[in-house]
Amino acid sequence: MRMQALAIAMVIVSGVAIFIMSLSTYDSLKETRDSYYRVHQFSDVFANLTRAPMSLAQRIEAIPGVAKVETRVVTYVNLDVPGFKDPVSGHMISLPRHQERQMNRLFLTQGRLVDPSRDNEIVISVEFAKAHQLELGDKIWAIINGRRQALTIVGKGMSPEYIYQIAPGAMFPDYQRYGVMWVARKPLASAYDMEGAFNNVTLKLNRNIEPKAIIEQLDNLLKPYGGTGAIDRHDQLSHRFLDEELKQLQNMATMFPIIFFAVAAFLLNVVVSRLISLQREQIAILKAFGYSNLAVGVHYSKLILMIVVMGIFIGTFLGIWMGTSMSELYSQFYSFPYLVYELKPWVLVSAGVVSIGVALVGTLYAVRKAIKLPPAEGMRPDQVAIYRPTVVERWGLQTLFSQPTRMILRHLERRPLKSLLTSLGISMAFGIMMVGGFQEGAINHMIDVQYKLSQREDMMVFFVEPSAEDALYSLKSLEGVQHTEGIRMVNARLRHEHRSYRTGVQGIEPDSELRQLLDANLSPIHIPKDGVVITDYLAQKLHLKLNDLMTIEVLDGKRPVLQVPVAGIVKEYVGLNAYMHRDTLNHLLKEGNVISGALLTVDEDAQQSLYAKLKNMPKVVGVVEQSAAIDGFNETMEETILFFTFISTLLGGSIAFGVVYNSMRIALSERHRELASLRVLGFRRSEVAFILLGEMALLTFIAIPLGFLIGYGLCAYLAFNFDSDLYRIPLVLGIDVYAFSALVVIVSSLISGSLIWRNLAHLDMVAVLKAKE
Amino acid sequence: MPTAANPSPVFQVNQITKTYQMGEVAVHALRGVSLELFQGELSVLLGASGSGKSTLLNILGGLDTPTQGQVLYQGKELSLDLSLATETELTDYRRFHVGFVFQFYNLIPSLTAAENVAVVTEIAKAPMTPSEALELVGLENRLNHFPAQLSGGEQQRVAIARAIAKNPDVLLCDEPTGALDSKTGIKVLEALAKINQELGTTTSIITHNAGIASMADRVIKLIDGQIVDIQQNDSRIQAQDLSW
Repeated sequence: MRMQALAIAMVIVSGVAIFIMSLSTYDSLKETRDSYYRVHQFSDVFANLTRAPMSLAQRIEAIPGVAKVETRVVTYVNLDVPGFKDPVSGHMISLPRHQERQMNRLFLTQGRLVDPSRDNEIVISVEFAKAHQLELGDKIWAIINGRRQALTIVGKGMSPEYIYQIAPGAMFPDYQRYGVMWVARKPLASAYDMEGAFNNVTLKLNRNIEPKAIIEQLDNLLKPYGGTGAIDRHDQLSHRFLDEELKQLQNMATMFPIIFFAVAAFLLNVVVSRLISLQREQIAILKAFGYSNLAVGVHYSKLILMIVVMGIFIGTFLGIWMGTSMSELYSQFYSFPYLVYELKPWVLVSAGVVSIGVALVGTLYAVRKAIKLPPAEGMRPDQVAIYRPTVVERWGLQTLFSQPTRMILRHLERRPLKSLLTSLGISMAFGIMMVGGFQEGAINHMIDVQYKLSQREDMMVFFVEPSAEDALYSLKSLEGVQHTEGIRMVNARLRHEHRSYRTGVQGIEPDSELRQLLDANLSPIHIPKDGVVITDYLAQKLHLKLNDLMTIEVLDGKRPVLQVPVAGIVKEYVGLNAYMHRDTLNHLLKEGNVISGALLTVDEDAQQSLYAKLKNMPKVVGVVEQSAAIDGFNETMEETILFFTFISTLLGGSIAFGVVYNSMRIALSERHRELASLRVLGFRRSEVAFILLGEMALLTFIAIPLGFLIGYGLCAYLAFNFDSDLYRIPLVLGIDVYAFSALVVIVSSLISGSLIWRNLAHLDMVAVLKAKE
Repeated sequence: MPTAANPSPVFQVNQITKTYQMGEVAVHALRGVSLELFQGELSVLLGASGSGKSTLLNILGGLDTPTQGQVLYQGKELSLDLSLATETELTDYRRFHVGFVFQFYNLIPSLTAAENVAVVTEIAKAPMTPSEALELVGLENRLNHFPAQLSGGEQQRVAIARAIAKNPDVLLCDEPTGALDSKTGIKVLEALAKINQELGTTTSIITHNAGIASMADRVIKLIDGQIVDIQQNDSRIQAQDLSW
């Protein structure tokens, strides 16, 4: 009984642990974020524009509901970091004269803010500093409006705007190649002709003000100044990623504990039922001695509670450990000045209440049976089990089976529900293992599709402003460049009926090799001459079908509003995009044959020298190289994946072990008489073990397809829940995911089997001959 | 010396003792028992509960080993010192040479009468068929009944069929009529006597029921773990003439 109680407790431990882990991590992340936002005055609304005079700020401040306005100069620059050859780009954000008045206040971990009167001081993000091992007093060089300028690091800091630091359009953080930095406003403004002007504005709203109406008025004000559409927090990139993460944690906090508690309830039910039927005589005697029904009920409830409380106790510690480990992992992905591990009392209380409640409900029936048992009946032996030939045997197949096999089949068929639930319990272990293994494969598939099939360039170059197609020739003439394609990009709001989404429209070359659009089967399709091709998820979001007319409100240049039919829908896992034939887009924009940037494939050997040349081209504002970012991401993910594999193996293994071990122990207890009799008749231990282990093997065998189905279902549910405009997790389950989950379940079963094998050595043959059934 | 009147002994038991540790108390189940059982003989071990008769039978059947002393088995194909045999040797000994009949039948509830016999014939070397065995005990019409569908006497006869189906060298019966009324018990004993006579199987029946003793060739009485009397019956009484 001790081992059995332990095995059940382990399942409860897992349920409690994952419940506490996910909710405490959720709370920690959310509380940390909220307090960080509050103390550092994270803005409510954000907007970019081309250039507006400072006087406009007062008009923005006059919008009812706006509490504070802060204007800034924000630019995207190329950087030169000593000792680092790859292209580095960064966001350079102006700091106001008086830090106190500012929104999105910096948290300085080292050094000081810049001196407003000096043009060569810079504060850099902690992550960027760490990635390049930059210290206070070190210098980096920035290409500011075509001029190479040395900047001295005077501080390292963090901002609530960049908790998740990711380059625009990128999918993963890459702290070596993208950084955020803050400089004095005056020199930045003078370099970009922004004196007395701004190109970025953030707002703080009064309490309980809906940002939607404000955004509309703000957009109207900014329109003449090249406003590209204001967004609220929900569309702010860093905030969005954190939100998705929180959503995942919430999902985890519900889905997994439900599985564990259901399995624990089932196990408690079978074990307590068996215990009560073994002890029916003792129960009857106690009752005959005058113990009340209540006393008997309380006795068994105490036993159940002991197991559950042990589970809750260990589960809480494990959960706290897992929660802190997970929070630490998060602090690698997210930039928080501090991460307060938050374990709310209600989480603990509900873990306890739910575990105890589920356990009591699960065993209610069995305990009720004990309570109801009349003493006289209890002293009579249990009814003889009635068996019959199984269905397969009635088909005339019985000659195929040896007697032990018939015993297995008939035993299973006599209690079909219990057999099914046992299989279902084991299959839950598969399910949990598969969910654990699913993410890695899905993310790899996502990266493969996005960066091997779809975006096939080695490098992407952005120009300061749309340039004539000739720019391509000068790129092509650079040593090491193999192939170039021009690309036209505009910011736009896409509309259909009352729904809209802000993204970019990309004009690509008709026979583009470097930008391949993929259909649902991931085969490339050609960009049609007319119409627009959109991401499948965007089509869903805007309720667009093929040939529907979509409105494109261009947010750049002359800001035309276009009506374009949907000519194609493509599969994409990252971002929501719209693509058009470049000539068609340019024609509609009426800006001549221009490009915003270029896609390049380059000779690997010439890469380094090419970076250097590109950096010094005044026209070029940014260079993005994806493969390095992917490598960096994989490195960071490795630890996370290892942690999750560890956790899911622990959890899946505990379920498999709990179910298999308990089922076998109960089978052993139920059949110990016949097994011992067979030993007396000269059956070897292995032959007797076959009957027990064979039954379990059969149930596990049934659990395999069932488990794969459940695992697939759980993964599909997760993937569906993670769908967002940022990314869609593809439902791709590699053979390795199936294989690994099967391996863990089989190993857990083998461990239980070996424990049972040892029990079989102690079958008491002598006792069984003397004992009545 | 084996002669026609006094055939060779199948079991030679020399001064065996058996001590169990029951908690802190040492129970002396056998205190120096010596005995020979002969080929084809039907013996009855008679004694009250606690006299050590079951312990002796368990040791003869290879289910248990003595604390001291020696038990030699001399079968047609196998000679074995049961007191020194390994677990595997004892398992094989039970598997190929011994037939057991128990007080509570110990049938497999999920198998029919024929299948309960087949359990043994499937692993034996030269068995009869399950239907032959069941015919010997008069159950040829109950082949496909499950134990729950049979009376106690019928169940015990299935157990006998199961014990003899492998053509064992010895048949050991532990209180075979203990759970049966006398009328049914006699039917079971008839079956045992018939097997002993027709197949020549060395048979040992333990019982506390003195009424059975007169059907045996020899009656061995045990009290407190010691043999107090061995009585040779000049003629065996037919089982149907027994009464108790």
